[in-house]
Amino acid sequence: MKYGYYPGCSMEKNARAYHTSTLAVTKPLGIDLVEIDDWNCCGATEYIAINKIPAYALVSRNLALAADQNGSTNLVAPCSACYLNLKKVDHYLHEDPGLKEKVDIALDAGGLKYVPGSINVQHLLETLYIDIGLEAIKDKVKKPLYSLRVAPYYGCLVPRPGNMDSFDDPEHPTSMDKILEVLGATVIDYPLKAQCCGGHMTQISEETALELIRRLLKNAEDNGADMIATLCPMCQLNLDAYQDAVNTHFGTKFKMPIVYFTQLMGLAFDVPINELGFGKEIVSAKPALKKITDEAPKPKRTRERGKKAGLPMPIMAEEG
Amino acid sequence: MTDTFTSRPPTLIDKIIAETPGNASNLYTCLQCGTCAGSCPSGPDMDHSPRTLFAMIDSGMEDQVLRSNTPWYCVSCYYCMVRCPKEIPITDIMYTLKRMAIEAGYFKEIDKDKAPEFSETFIDLVENNGRSFEMGVVMRHHLRYHPISAVKLATGMGLKMIAKGRMDFTPTKIKNLPQLKSILKKAKELGGVA
Repeated sequence: MKYGYYPGCSMEKNARAYHTSTLAVTKPLGIDLVEIDDWNCCGATEYIAINKIPAYALVSRNLALAADQNGSTNLVAPCSACYLNLKKVDHYLHEDPGLKEKVDIALDAGGLKYVPGSINVQHLLETLYIDIGLEAIKDKVKKPLYSLRVAPYYGCLVPRPGNMDSFDDPEHPTSMDKILEVLGATVIDYPLKAQCCGGHMTQISEETALELIRRLLKNAEDNGADMIATLCPMCQLNLDAYQDAVNTHFGTKFKMPIVYFTQLMGLAFDVPINELGFGKEIVSAKPALKKITDEAPKPKRTRERGKKAGLPMPIMAEEG
Repeated sequence: MTDTFTSRPPTLIDKIIAETPGNASNLYTCLQCGTCAGSCPSGPDMDHSPRTLFAMIDSGMEDQVLRSNTPWYCVSCYYCMVRCPKEIPITDIMYTLKRMAIEAGYFKEIDKDKAPEFSETFIDLVENNGRSFEMGVVMRHHLRYHPISAVKLATGMGLKMIAKGRMDFTPTKIKNLPQLKSILKKAKELGGVA
């Protein structure tokens, strides 16, 4: 199926591994990603802080190009910030006629036109989880990631703000958990999986960001993760490239590899490893990947509920 | 513009609501419950918690509100927005406050870490290339405001990123830059700063 593709600036260089692995895993799943010709930056979280109408116009140019070029009403963005900006602008143009009127005039100055609602913006995770589905993903798994303990990390801008139609829970998302599960990995459930990575605070107030990064790394490590899987170039950059700074600042010894969930999908699909961008991460994923076994790990025995297990607790009457 | 119900001249809260898209008028109904403040990951670094800031907005304390570093420490995580029982679009209001602070000329004195300057450096590069340029924005921002950390970045993390082939030395330009420039020029004429 044909989809418009909006890679976003980060995918060109910093998050090249995400870009190449996205292309490598969408192909066998029958997703035909057609890159929007001559797309521009979405403005990240910066433009809207300075200039409102230009910020909306900047994003609208991409929506207009997508509507013009592709013949597909679906537009896939793998970067969280790009995804939210595209979706939000489409949503607010629809809701706010005053805003739309001004953006229309601005677009017209460039000979473009956009009708709100004509493009369906999706995050890549949404395309895979909703449109393709777990069964189809499972069918492509040739080398399950048995015994690899992966902590899925969602960040902020995919699950939230949640005031537009959302494909997952804003506070307790599970879609990536389920994908990693069908890949054969052992999925780590940890409380901070949708907390903030610090975003651009690494540039503005490094200490604020380092503390947020430390909490995430600690929480994933405490819960036994071998690695963290992300879906956003900024989250990957902050958790990976600033891990050294966190260790220096707090005297910690984190060595947590941060990879894109598409890289893990590629491994499980047995895509040639050189197409997946491994090695681009600053904290090497190699030692963690060696933990993958040929056999599924034996399920751990859950503690039997009985009189001797733990503190005396009131027992609920069984239903029915 | 006057309020439909009271015919009073617009106050600070009215101005903020008018400049924010979506259901921003819910700000009138803020309960002062503090869920936003409790959910905020960068709360400890803020001059005022979001809850306090909304009480100040309601009291019309324009100067103090626009001088507060609070919006500049918002990381756009949207937790407050998801949890607000009155569905106030808090993150979007923070963006509006940033724009109003810039318009009022306060931003240069607001933040010791020059948060607004970072945003401006970023958009300047976007306006001239059509794409963002990570190395450009980081180096320009740091050389200007944190020269020591610029050296640290260039020799430490920066080097690693370059070695991994994750940094470009030159910006990428889009093909139809004149089209983007005319769109943005027109948008600026229409939108003013806020």
